[in-house]
Amino acid sequence: MASFFESLRLGLKPRGQRDEVVARKPTSHGVRGGESPPVEIAPNDPLIPYFLSAPGAVEIDKIHLDSPALTQLRAAGVRLVVPLVSQGELVGLLNLGPRLSEQDYSTYDRGLLNDLATQAAPALRVAQLVREQQMEIRARERLEQELRVARLIQQTLLPKELPDIAGWEFAAYYQAARAVGGDFYDFLAFPDGRLGIVIGDVTDKGVPAALVMATTRSILRAAAQENTSPGAVLERANNLLCPDIPAKMFVTCFYGLLDPTSGRLVFANAGHDLPYRRHDDGAEELQARGMPLGLMPGMAYEENALILAAGDSILFHSDGLVEAHSPTGEMFGFPRLAAFVASHEGGKMLIDALLDQLGEFTGPGWEQEDDVTFVTLRRASLNSAADAAPGASRSASLAAPIALAEPAPDTPEAPNAPTAPETAAPVADEDWSTLATFSLPSEPGNERDAMDQVAEVLRPLGLTPKQLEHLKTAVAEATMNAMEHGNGYTAELPVYIEVLRSDRAVMVRIRDQGGNRPIPTPQTPDLEAKLAERQTPRGWGLFLIQNLVDEMRVTSDETHHTIELIMRLEGGPRDGEAS
Amino acid sequence: MTARHLEADVRCGPIATVVDLHGDISSASDETLGAAYARAEACGPRPIALNFHDVDYINSSGIALIVGLLVRARKSNRALLAFGLSDHYVEIFRITRLTDFMSIFPDEELALASAKSA
Repeated sequence: MASFFESLRLGLKPRGQRDEVVARKPTSHGVRGGESPPVEIAPNDPLIPYFLSAPGAVEIDKIHLDSPALTQLRAAGVRLVVPLVSQGELVGLLNLGPRLSEQDYSTYDRGLLNDLATQAAPALRVAQLVREQQMEIRARERLEQELRVARLIQQTLLPKELPDIAGWEFAAYYQAARAVGGDFYDFLAFPDGRLGIVIGDVTDKGVPAALVMATTRSILRAAAQENTSPGAVLERANNLLCPDIPAKMFVTCFYGLLDPTSGRLVFANAGHDLPYRRHDDGAEELQARGMPLGLMPGMAYEENALILAAGDSILFHSDGLVEAHSPTGEMFGFPRLAAFVASHEGGKMLIDALLDQLGEFTGPGWEQEDDVTFVTLRRASLNSAADAAPGASRSASLAAPIALAEPAPDTPEAPNAPTAPETAAPVADEDWSTLATFSLPSEPGNERDAMDQVAEVLRPLGLTPKQLEHLKTAVAEATMNAMEHGNGYTAELPVYIEVLRSDRAVMVRIRDQGGNRPIPTPQTPDLEAKLAERQTPRGWGLFLIQNLVDEMRVTSDETHHTIELIMRLEGGPRDGEAS
Repeated sequence: MTARHLEADVRCGPIATVVDLHGDISSASDETLGAAYARAEACGPRPIALNFHDVDYINSSGIALIVGLLVRARKSNRALLAFGLSDHYVEIFRITRLTDFMSIFPDEELALASAKSA
């Protein structure tokens, strides 16, 4: 009966795919051999209705049908077929070759086979259902595993920490959709203090999107190290991505480069949803044109810039928010987002408020359609110029010298006065009297006016010509820093300059409105590295100041950043001049 | 004194190419300085001498631009010289160590003599 059991090795495709019956055929030696290739029976093969109507075992030689399956069965040496029918459905066949005794199958044999078929058909059907269910479970597990991998890739590559920059607040939120989209964001810290901010979205979902996201992130990081221009970074990334990105996939991406000291944000866009800048007068889009990455090589990317004033914020977002739908099918949309940004404070509070708004809009039981990603940055608020310096106009123009309405920081009227560091040299602790005060709008070139006005005040005081030249250059550099890094070259934000003297020294105090800035540590520039283009050629200002004055003190409070430049009058030779 | 925009003239000579600079050297001078240097390069593979006689203001951004010119000069193995600097800016060049990589001369005659003997 070996042939009998081997003939049980027939198979059917899973129920969901069952458009044809598959029966394993015997080997060339009847059914004696090992596993045999299946005989496929097409759903329209006349053999199927024939078997369904057969009362029991059927001799192949007595069937006269134009049936490809019948031909295959005959070729495989099948002599007798017992249809396995369960609930009116052909679930399998028992295929038997010739008896080993070479005699025909007897009536007893047929009866036995028919009884077996009656028992085997429902059991086989149950087995098939169990198998189909197991395959579905395995398919679901595979899908879940893929999604877990996709989530893992994304979450591993998203920043673990937010940038920690004095005077700035950063917040980020990422919520993957169940199918895991391709959203990503990144922060790139550069040695010169600037910060790259990336937000992007890969088309498609799951593992393919996650892999393209990972690749894009690496390419962007490499391109950002090679280029300082956001437009050039996107151009480079696009050219690198194009040859390898799978067909019909692309990446939208917005890249901004922030100078935290000046608040200047240079940005370029590769087809990503435009971020919003929120300021006192409302909200506006950060517009820059450019094709998504990976579509076509050789693309150029428009580059724009803005300066974030104190209190300004930016919201970067992905399309998961604006394309979210309400229960009635309405889309969240850009106008709603723009209005929301305009009417809410920026930073983390904006993200919290947006999530609340999204929850209300989509209602309970919302199945998130796409990843939702937010990144916000916000320049710390400071008291307005009018608050900080009562009586000083925000549109102050150059007026020399005018009385500085703002109280001097070391007078009792100034509660937020910066205090001198304990290590201050004795000369700085003398009694100082103010010789002149004036203010300058923060506009490029005005450092020359600061330099000349300070020189006019100091000229009669007995500084040597060399000292005066040194102090002039130091004043120019410090004023430039104040206008650029403190006030972001915002003309309405003045730089305050106070000239003071004591018995033995003169002091120039320069103050901007970019408070809460880190106190910089002057470092000697590495000229060899600059010449080898490993470092930016810039970065000389503070080094020059330190080398040109006898003493330099920097303080920063919530609202102001102040630098004091001190030059001795007759206090002996300066360091380095003794010889 | 108000800012003076930089202007530059290029004189191609047999010994060196002289770039006469007039005005301030600051971040606003980037384009003018870069274009002048490119014109000087086009004169031939001779040393380039920067004439600072009519420059009375160079800020840290201007120093960065001069570093940029040094980068270009070093890439093409070209000597970059300077003359006509005030005592104050000679000291600035010394403090910044630019003098380690470019020779400084009081006037054009000495600069060209040096270029000729090089």
